[in-house]
Amino acid sequence: MSEEILLDEKIICEEFDCVWEKPETLTENKMHYCPGCGHGVVHKILMEVIEEMNLQSETIGVAPVGCSVFAYNYMNVDMQGAAHGRAAAVATGIKRMLPNKIVFSYQGDGDLAAIGTAETIHTANRGENILVIFINNAIYGMTGGQMAPTTILGMKTSTTPFGREATSQGFPFKITDLIAQLPATHFVTRQSVHTPNAVRYCKKAIQKAIKYQKENKGYCLIEVVSNCPSGWKMTPLVSNKWMEENMFPQYPIGDLKDNGILITKKEFTK
Amino acid sequence: MSKEIFFMKGNEALAEASIRANCKGYFGYPITPQSEVLEYLSEEGVKRGMVVLQAESEVASINMVYGASGAGFRVMTSSSSPGISLMQEGISYIASAELPCLIVNINRGGPGLGTIQPSQGDYFQSTKGGGHGDYKLIVLAPSTVQEMADFVFDGFYLAEKYRNPVMILADGALGQMMEKVSFTKTLEQNLFDKSSWTTTGKQNSRERNIITSLHIQPEKMEEVNLHLQKKYKTIEENEVQYELINSENMEYLFVAYGLSARISHRTIEIANENGFKCGLLRPKTLFPFPHKILEELSPKLKKIFVVEMNAGQMLEDVKLSVEGKCKVGFYGRMGGMIPSPEEVFEKFLEFQKQI
Repeated sequence: MSEEILLDEKIICEEFDCVWEKPETLTENKMHYCPGCGHGVVHKILMEVIEEMNLQSETIGVAPVGCSVFAYNYMNVDMQGAAHGRAAAVATGIKRMLPNKIVFSYQGDGDLAAIGTAETIHTANRGENILVIFINNAIYGMTGGQMAPTTILGMKTSTTPFGREATSQGFPFKITDLIAQLPATHFVTRQSVHTPNAVRYCKKAIQKAIKYQKENKGYCLIEVVSNCPSGWKMTPLVSNKWMEENMFPQYPIGDLKDNGILITKKEFTK
Repeated sequence: MSKEIFFMKGNEALAEASIRANCKGYFGYPITPQSEVLEYLSEEGVKRGMVVLQAESEVASINMVYGASGAGFRVMTSSSSPGISLMQEGISYIASAELPCLIVNINRGGPGLGTIQPSQGDYFQSTKGGGHGDYKLIVLAPSTVQEMADFVFDGFYLAEKYRNPVMILADGALGQMMEKVSFTKTLEQNLFDKSSWTTTGKQNSRERNIITSLHIQPEKMEEVNLHLQKKYKTIEENEVQYELINSENMEYLFVAYGLSARISHRTIEIANENGFKCGLLRPKTLFPFPHKILEELSPKLKKIFVVEMNAGQMLEDVKLSVEGKCKVGFYGRMGGMIPSPEEVFEKFLEFQKQI
């Protein structure tokens, strides 16, 4: 019998060249997110950007209520936890007092597009110089899979057991499209993080938004269309495929507005 | 140099005081009868370097206060009753996260949309918490325009000393009436070191600061609660403020705050002219409530008479303090009605005659 090889973390690190290192801006805490969920990836790339741009000491984040309520357990920057839906107002309060700092809010669809709609729209309409990261997975993950404002028609959730019906439950709320129309918004984009390529694009969008904020360009919104394997009751792989086939036609990926100029949309074709 | 005397509305005096007390941020929403605070600061505050923002709602303004206070600044908001109801969620979070700030309530008549006329109907929601969970605000009750100004300084000081939201509870009349006022108080900008908890950007020299009211482990949440209760107890022991008028040899004690105290002050003069020995206890702090003095005075008194512009809210605290050692009567008008001193005297006479 050959000698037993121990796959010790230390040995691996010693014997191979390091290809990726956790940024200083992420804590050591293990994330509570479900396997396959997009939150972890967005946390990672957001914090990578903060570190790469050397902004850890300049950044204040606002965590919402929802699955990412514990974002401050993972993001190693100063953070405030807001009441449900109020992250944009809290971020406004911080940014108005500390105009030279980088301020972001990190919110889900229920937080941003249901209970916090007023704060979201008015913060955008004032052109507050902040970055809003909006994770749209079309469901209330934390409370157990209820309908979200962005739940697509026909989609089954625990409160739309027969599928969302427009006549009684309304249409999926495309709040990002609405925000892009507001004259004070500077950069509005819709991204995803379900493939390595998508992750790269999303990270670039974050870099751009932070750069805009440093240049005092005003409000930036990055919607990340994401999956929720647990809430959707699918495996991560199936959920990503389902997202591409069902979510993307509703929420097409790409920039909606850049430099304050609306981008004329090409017809989305599957 | 003789002190400068101004003739101002209560709301304006309060707003001017906030600038002089080095308040750096104001977030508010228009509502009668307090809109002058927002208007005054939108001009004078902005000119003198204050961040002033008209929010989209009271819900937003209280959460802007949360963010701005968490960033380490002396900040405030003001509103009137229905607006304060909307803020209760945010106030609960602020109390839990221990963020110092000043909240002004220029009380109007309710319930519901009610009326824009003065009322003291918000005593319960101000002194008993107001939102969800076990928490207390420090509540100051001015009764003159001068106190509308002075209590701003006291309010910010107490807020920062205890890391607790402070409410100035005044009725619409105090907000709208004009009286002479002078600004003699001062408040240093950096009274207390806030660096251990404010979110201003994580420096290498320290761990990140997190402001939150979420502690999912019940053991931890209980700890937070115990800490808060301990703090409230300290506040009760140290910060009670009241005024005792005409207390020598008194047989009857009136208890009233704010505008009711001014009315009652005249009533005890009428009563004394009519041969009754009446005194007045005017709580300046509604939380902490002056329990002790009432407890001490009550065995020596014939009767206690509480006057409020509500259905009898502080009355409950008076009764709790007295613990049945003295008969407690009450007269109150509601819905924006203000009783006259003569009317109060008549009601007192009726109560006085009761066996």
